[in-house]
Amino acid sequence: MRTPTPHALLSLTVNGDRHVVAAAPHHSLLEVLRYDLGLTGTKQGCDKGDCGACTVLIDGEPVLACCTLAATVRPGAQITTIEGLAGPAGRLDPVQEAFDRCGALQCGFCQPGMMLSARALLNRDAAPSDTAIREALGGNLCRCTGYTQIFEAVKLAAALARGESGASIDPTPPAEGYTVLGARHRKADGHGKATGAAVYTDDFNPPRMLHAKILRSPHAHARIVRIDTSRAAALPGVFAVLTGEALPRTYGVIPWTEDETALAIDRVRFVGEEVAAVAAVDEETANAALRLIDVEYEPLPPVLTPEAALAPGAPELFPGRRGGNLTKHVRLDFGDVDAALSNADALVEGEYFFEGTAHAPIEPHCAIAEYDARGLLTLHSATQIPHYVHRTLAKTLDLPSERVRVVQPALGGAFGGKSDPFGHEIVAAKLAMMTGRPVKILLTREETFYTHRGRHPMQMHMRLAANAEGRLTGLDSKILIDGGAYSSFGLVTSYYSGQLLTAPTGFETYRFDASRAFTNKPPCGPKRGHGSVQPRFAFEIQLDKMAEKLGLDPIELRRRNDVGPDTTTVNGQRITSNGFLECLRVVEQASGWRERRGKLGFGRGLGVAGSCYISGTAYPVYPNEMPQSGVQVRLDRSGRAHVMCGASDIGQGSDSMLAYIVAEELGLRPDDIRVTSSDTDLSPVDLGAYSSRVTFMAGNACREAASALSTLVREAVASKLEVPGREVACTPGRWFWLGDPTRGMDTREAFVLAEAAHGTLGATGGYRTDKTLGGPYRGGTIGASPAYSFTAHVAEVAVDVETGFVNVKKIWAAHDCGFALNPMIVEGQIAGSVYMGWAEAVMEEHAFAYGGPNPGLLRGPNLLDYRIPTTVEAPEIECHIVQSIDPNGPYGAKEAGEGPLHPVLPAIANAIYDAVGVRLDRLPFHPWRVREALRAAGRMGGR
Amino acid sequence: MLRIAPTFTVATPTTLAEALALKATHGEKAALVAGGTDFVPNLKHGLHAPEVVISLGGLDELRGLDFGAETIALGALVGIHTLATDARIASVLPSLATAAGLIAGPQLRRMGTLGGNVCLDTRCVYINQSESWRSALGYCLKKDGDTCHVTVTGKKCVAAASNDTAPVLLSLGACVELASPRGVRTLPLEQFYVHDGARNTVLAADEILVRVLVPRPRETRRMAFEKLRVRGAIDFPLLNLALAFDLDADGVLTAPELVISAIAARPRRVRALPEGLLTDALVDRIAALAFDATRPLTNINADVEWRRDMVPVLVRRAFAAARGPQSPPFAC
Ligand SMILES: Cc1cc2nc3c(=O)[nH]c(=O)nc-3n(C[C@H](O)[C@H](O)[C@H](O)COP(=O)(O)OP(=O)(O)OC[C@H]3O[C@@H](n4cnc5c(N)ncnc54)[C@H](O)[C@@H]3O)c2cc1C
Ligand code: SF4
Ligand code: FES
Ligand code: FES
Repeated sequence: MRTPTPHALLSLTVNGDRHVVAAAPHHSLLEVLRYDLGLTGTKQGCDKGDCGACTVLIDGEPVLACCTLAATVRPGAQITTIEGLAGPAGRLDPVQEAFDRCGALQCGFCQPGMMLSARALLNRDAAPSDTAIREALGGNLCRCTGYTQIFEAVKLAAALARGESGASIDPTPPAEGYTVLGARHRKADGHGKATGAAVYTDDFNPPRMLHAKILRSPHAHARIVRIDTSRAAALPGVFAVLTGEALPRTYGVIPWTEDETALAIDRVRFVGEEVAAVAAVDEETANAALRLIDVEYEPLPPVLTPEAALAPGAPELFPGRRGGNLTKHVRLDFGDVDAALSNADALVEGEYFFEGTAHAPIEPHCAIAEYDARGLLTLHSATQIPHYVHRTLAKTLDLPSERVRVVQPALGGAFGGKSDPFGHEIVAAKLAMMTGRPVKILLTREETFYTHRGRHPMQMHMRLAANAEGRLTGLDSKILIDGGAYSSFGLVTSYYSGQLLTAPTGFETYRFDASRAFTNKPPCGPKRGHGSVQPRFAFEIQLDKMAEKLGLDPIELRRRNDVGPDTTTVNGQRITSNGFLECLRVVEQASGWRERRGKLGFGRGLGVAGSCYISGTAYPVYPNEMPQSGVQVRLDRSGRAHVMCGASDIGQGSDSMLAYIVAEELGLRPDDIRVTSSDTDLSPVDLGAYSSRVTFMAGNACREAASALSTLVREAVASKLEVPGREVACTPGRWFWLGDPTRGMDTREAFVLAEAAHGTLGATGGYRTDKTLGGPYRGGTIGASPAYSFTAHVAEVAVDVETGFVNVKKIWAAHDCGFALNPMIVEGQIAGSVYMGWAEAVMEEHAFAYGGPNPGLLRGPNLLDYRIPTTVEAPEIECHIVQSIDPNGPYGAKEAGEGPLHPVLPAIANAIYDAVGVRLDRLPFHPWRVREALRAAGRMGGR
Repeated sequence: MLRIAPTFTVATPTTLAEALALKATHGEKAALVAGGTDFVPNLKHGLHAPEVVISLGGLDELRGLDFGAETIALGALVGIHTLATDARIASVLPSLATAAGLIAGPQLRRMGTLGGNVCLDTRCVYINQSESWRSALGYCLKKDGDTCHVTVTGKKCVAAASNDTAPVLLSLGACVELASPRGVRTLPLEQFYVHDGARNTVLAADEILVRVLVPRPRETRRMAFEKLRVRGAIDFPLLNLALAFDLDADGVLTAPELVISAIAARPRRVRALPEGLLTDALVDRIAALAFDATRPLTNINADVEWRRDMVPVLVRRAFAAARGPQSPPFAC
């Protein structure tokens, strides 16, 4: 058993301050900095050297705190953490300043480490080359930015440090008719993220806190015969042990398919499923206690592919469930597809496979629960859906919802991976209720791979028909979806795999048939571009093949079949604004498509693809008549505004978006606005950061609230100036008469007048969807959105024919986001999406053991085996914003966070075809697959 | 977090003698740590449970580069970053500089040491995982189990030597200097590595690696290192190889050395290589011999056939690099 080792007194110099800490010998420098010294700016993403989040400087050199035993730090070493980067009086280091100004701080979780690596680089090279920057940051993984804005920031930092103003950064002015919107602003949370002050869930350490750990199933499929927790409960330092019976209520994000329990009851359905939990004084004791829990399993045969799951006689995951292992089957027919296929002048048939992938945000899941004597439960959690977590806690713990509070602190990336209520959140809450103490649960990187909800693997068969004029007459799509062990969002996924394919390139008739099967693997869910990235991959390659068959340029084929604006698609989705043709034109021109495609020589090529995506769904996840998003704005005589909204800022910038809107409407600088978001006690309900709904819905709600207040202020100002209200306008810091702008007052004074005239100033806004949206058939409302974004990409690749490596040189990305409230943030979303799609194309794979001693075991659940790209190989990304000004979007805005991912993968596949003449219809494009395809096609070239 | 089991105390000796004494007292129960970049992740995975961890960081005797007329002596504590960036190394031992520059990422190169790299534990997709993962697998020969999931029937662990400096140092005929309370012994690196993934060196329980001695290469010596990996940073090798040969003014190649690693427990020296006028045909013959000599296994997370096919590709690239300016590293 554990041999207790004495703590040793360590003397550490951190940021110039000398600290003496009593540290256990097995503690890493990361633990000492974060938990003993409270310097929580240094982050933990993998805890074993794979991600760089824990980078600190020792004597000016970047090192990983997680791989350094604190006791081995050389006495006298100067340690610098992000908290020590700023100069006297908190003056930001040029690196921090530049990262903030360039929008590089999305979720911000990777950035303390990134900024320290950048600082070390600039210390030795005042004017680093692009290559030097990429090399120096190669050990710092970022999942949000695609690295583009980070590279810009490092260059800006170098310029600032040299005393230049950094004028290289594009100072876009506000859009025509606006005073704030359309310009490049810093993010509302930028300063906190630049300095390390932003508080993420694991940075929060209430006194008397216990640590929980979860025992997980070693079997892909087994019956739980018996669990004996007595030995664990008896271990000194253990406060509570929990098993599934104590939490019997099922839950799930979709109310129609609630099939999860917080801890497994009777049966485990994947390796890594939660079986029991322990709360103890520290994680080491909790881990030791887990080993004392005796579980007797009766292993059952696992089903690991959807084909196996749906075969007759297959072992069932939910015995007795109607439908067996078939989670959901959707079949929809629009027009006579069979006639279109048989009358086609050209027919393209293809079989595609999209591999499962993980979100891999750099921040692992974490939750902290507190329960007080009055029966109030508070959960801080790394979630992107506090509202659904709130509902789930109330349900599973049998608490009235008014006794539950869910708070989402700063979030270190999510991408859809934090949009289900999770077992570990319920477990932390239950353990807090049992022990009366705060309970923290921090998942290891490996556990985040089991929590999963990643991209569904899909096997797709498509037949596409066209006539001789190049009009697409029909699409027949059949999709088999690997769902993993639970439903999660699967019902929606099944629909999205068909419903979101009918624009921007339309077809006259359509049939899709999608089946989602349960398998004994971690549950799949929504990953950026939920459900539609996979069929988009298949379809856009189909288009490329069709263009070749018809002898048409692939861009021309798309033009001929563009659905256009103000129309209804074949499956009944209402399209309003549509900037797709403009997106195509932009990337065609920027990439030199006409001059270069097909002419770059063997090994190099260009490919194009397009897509559309929803800006929120017309219908909430659970049916109700309330607004999908609520915002409350408060002003007062101090000249400041406070905006409250349930929306989750997951790094995408929704807090900033709210601030810009309030600033625009009320004559404030974005800095003058305080945002309180995603706290179910303090902010009105918003359903969460999923389906790309936040800008559209919370933005509209915010505009409604802010403009109501604006009317009050305007009236007060007008009456003071004795001019008509419609002649009064504002600009950040000032309200004035349009007739003579010198007549006016500063904003504070305007608010004083308004408060005097109208009393305490506050207003609410809410967004409700038009409930007439969607097709008039069962499922027709799924995929119905108040507005759709459009995207076109061109990718340029160089294929190394000898090795099979696909080197993506550059991606030109054009995205119609309606209106860019802040182009810098939109570009960050485009670049981040492009990066994520490219990563899925060339390397990412959620790989399982399908044979061997333990089929169903996830291979390499860590950031070394599950490779996500570094700065070194990241492609150049050129972002173009297209603005179609949507009639219903806030100021014309639509989504930008998910759409731009879709075309990346097929554009790369099509570019590979242009480069070397082979089709890759199976993801990812591992070099061995590429080489195999080249060999099969006899195109190895050379030796 | 990945909590380390609290089984040990940390000792921070400041002299080699002190460190050797500690090692002598605790034997196998004492573990050495230099940069910690291999040792600490392995601790977190429960691969070791030492009673004492001896930190070598304070041993100045293990530092320093010495460029002698005959021998270049590299201290065990010399940092990987130093190897990658030192101008003298780059000019005299360019393949070592290349290899060092391709190890892991920038932070790990600043923490990692030559000694730690030379003594790096072997790696395998079935062993470099958490305790609970390995337990779900049923463990394996290398630790706590009785089967090998790579060879299935074999009785010896074949985890892969994954240290990038090893093939280079072997190709340069390096020796290691090992100190123990019994004295100092110098061993050709070829005899240091053995064919057992469970423990692929002959380092004794009371020994510490002090220096690596590299014979100063002749003026005519050409050398190169190639590494296969998916990402341009962080990744361990999926395959690596080091090449060295003499090339005279007439373009005749003699005394070729080719060492291939990241395959099995011991870097493999390809023997009986042909000499002669350095032509594409000669390169192709050597590449074919290298291919024949290499049998990649499923111990590494990449397709086995592909890795084998990459052997001749890397050999040709190594020749190109040895002849001309360094070619860029592999990456997608
Ligand atoms: C994400 C990641 C990626 C990596 N990528 C690579 C890579 O691409 N290529 C590569 O080669 N390595 C890689 N490494 C491994 C490692 O960083 C390097 O090999 C490094 O050089 C090891 O040196 P160290 O000083 O940190 O070793 P330590 O971790 O301190 O020690 C490693 C082993 O050597 C022993 N040891 C150390 N010094 C001595 C000595 N003087 N005498 C006797 N025994 C000693 C230790 O006891 C231990 O068993 C990677 C590591 C990580 C975490
Ligand atoms: S090679 Fe075999 S015995 Fe060695 S670590 Fe891998 S699975 Fe285990
Ligand atoms: S937390 Fe240290 S490298 Fe990931
Ligand atoms: S900003 Fe880099 S991981 Fe989020």
